[in-house]
Amino acid sequence: MDDNLISVNNVSVNFDYQENFISKKQKIHAVNNINIKIKKGSFFGLVGESGSGKTTLGRAILGANKISSGNVIFHDDERDYDLTDMNKQDLKEYRKKAQLIFQDPYAALSPRMTVRDIIAEPLEVMKITNSRQETDERVRDIASKCRLNIEHLRRFPHAFSGGQRQRISIARALVSNPKFIVADESVAALDVSIQADILNLLKQLQTELNLTYLFISHDLSVVAHVCDVVAVMYLGHIVEMGPSRELFKNPKHSYTKALLSSIPSIDPEKRSEAIELKGEIPSALNPPPGCVFRTRCPNPGVDCKGGEIKMGLIEVEPGHWVDQCCAL
Amino acid sequence: MSHLLEVKNLDVKFDTDEGRITAVENISLSVDQGEVLGIVGESGSGKSVTAKSIMKLNPGNTSYNEDAEIILDNENVLQFTSKQDLKKIRGGKVSMIFQEPMASFAPAIKIGAQMVEQLLIHKNINKEEAKSISINMLKRVGIADAEKRFNQYAFELSGGMRQRAMIAMALSTMPKLLLADEPTTALDVTIQAQVINLIKDIIKEYQMGVIFITHDLGVIAQVADHVAVMYLGSVVEKGPVNEILKNPKHPYTKGLLQALPDINNLDAPLSPIPGNIPSPLDRPTGCVFRTRCPHHNPEGKDGKIEMKLIEVEPGHWVDQCGIQCGQNG
Repeated sequence: MDDNLISVNNVSVNFDYQENFISKKQKIHAVNNINIKIKKGSFFGLVGESGSGKTTLGRAILGANKISSGNVIFHDDERDYDLTDMNKQDLKEYRKKAQLIFQDPYAALSPRMTVRDIIAEPLEVMKITNSRQETDERVRDIASKCRLNIEHLRRFPHAFSGGQRQRISIARALVSNPKFIVADESVAALDVSIQADILNLLKQLQTELNLTYLFISHDLSVVAHVCDVVAVMYLGHIVEMGPSRELFKNPKHSYTKALLSSIPSIDPEKRSEAIELKGEIPSALNPPPGCVFRTRCPNPGVDCKGGEIKMGLIEVEPGHWVDQCCAL
Repeated sequence: MSHLLEVKNLDVKFDTDEGRITAVENISLSVDQGEVLGIVGESGSGKSVTAKSIMKLNPGNTSYNEDAEIILDNENVLQFTSKQDLKKIRGGKVSMIFQEPMASFAPAIKIGAQMVEQLLIHKNINKEEAKSISINMLKRVGIADAEKRFNQYAFELSGGMRQRAMIAMALSTMPKLLLADEPTTALDVTIQAQVINLIKDIIKEYQMGVIFITHDLGVIAQVADHVAVMYLGSVVEKGPVNEILKNPKHPYTKGLLQALPDINNLDAPLSPIPGNIPSPLDRPTGCVFRTRCPHHNPEGKDGKIEMKLIEVEPGHWVDQCGIQCGQNG
């Protein structure tokens, strides 16, 4: 139990939705009854299409979205933090320990601040350092770990390319010395050669600084390469979860299989082997009852067609969990 | 046999406040009927500028070199200046689909009205005919309830559906050449697979030529017949898709392939191409890739070797500096 850093227990996140002021209030079920444990020092991957709730879950774990039911526990060395039951002081402490790296390095950095000020801002806001000298030292230290030149610190973000900007964002996230990082589509906006560079940097920093990542991405090949454990999300539910090699070699859920086959193969001789999914992801306002994937499932069983099988993960191999509708 | 489209020795330069920028240098490409030419490269490599030149859509500060030719259907597009002539190519003989379909549809005009409008400009038909052509085209690209969607606005459609509507609109005028600029980049993988299959079917059915621009080598492997790899405004390697992906010669092409995470080979390390793409303001002389080339030969490093494509296998062209570097590594 002790080697977990984050425990997510039965977490659901709902949003209120009202089309206009006279219509009925409805609930959007963005994230439904999620249970995950993130081990210390692991690279936990969360994949899914847009609208599957991966970002909402990531933000809920950081305390940036309100959790409707369930709880998230952060196991620190001395004590546990319960995110659903936190006072202001605790939240401040937690923010130092859990940080976020965004997708778009062009939008995430203020164009009017120098790189030094951008990286130093968290230290000043969280009152971590006591003097300007100390702040400068920590900024320089983390900048060099993120392979930024010291001369770069005096410049403004517009002078940098996408890859360099992403390194600045990473430096800013790491400057408060966090233990847990949520990387939300952090390489999606980058060219492949730079993407490889940033992924290698994240891996290297993980061992150097003892970090644990929640890596959110829609790109399965990237996730397969960097993550140890992967959870596949669809319409607010986890449909399959397991060690990444096992999961990608031996996918059990028909959604995971379809996703894997949809990755365009680099081999021109292997064309159109994709299991084509008809239609698009249904609205989270009224998800189909029972298995949420059954409206697009290429081989629905007799029972799940009627939506009689409820969502729920079953362990098929040690550590490999599959939604029961497809596991049966 | 003459090609549907032939681009010869094209340079594109932009005049900016900081000086004259070379966006594209000495590019020659050709596309035949029913053929897909893929253009790959990182951002800033000049892929979109090349495609836009074919429709003369580049902004006012653009200058083309005098000996360049873009021959489409035996006419040199670069000589066109009158609105009448340009109309023939823009939307008539050539159509374009873009990465972000939300930005390409007018938000306050119904999709149907936009489709009809462009048909009325390019075809000699009345409104009723234009409407039926549009609805049929929407059905052809797999949009259910085409009559209903015809009367909706772009924001009412999902991403995948919007991209289908965009394709329907581009194809309804029956262009001879389709320019697809990153048409699947903003889509999820499952929707991307649907759109790729759709584009392939349509090319087969209508026998048009296609230029498919993307940064994703996987997508190229799935759709293209020929590939041109661009770096900083120059084509560094081009040839049949099988040759380029399985037997790459230029160090840049090799670098791109090694940087790509391959789901079938998880043990392979991800090796990025070192350094950053130089600013087009200080474009290297000689081989454009030399500042980042991992195995530069001494002469290439000094920029003494000029860029020039050489045919190494039938149809497979590689930049001459790249051939030597490629052999070193």
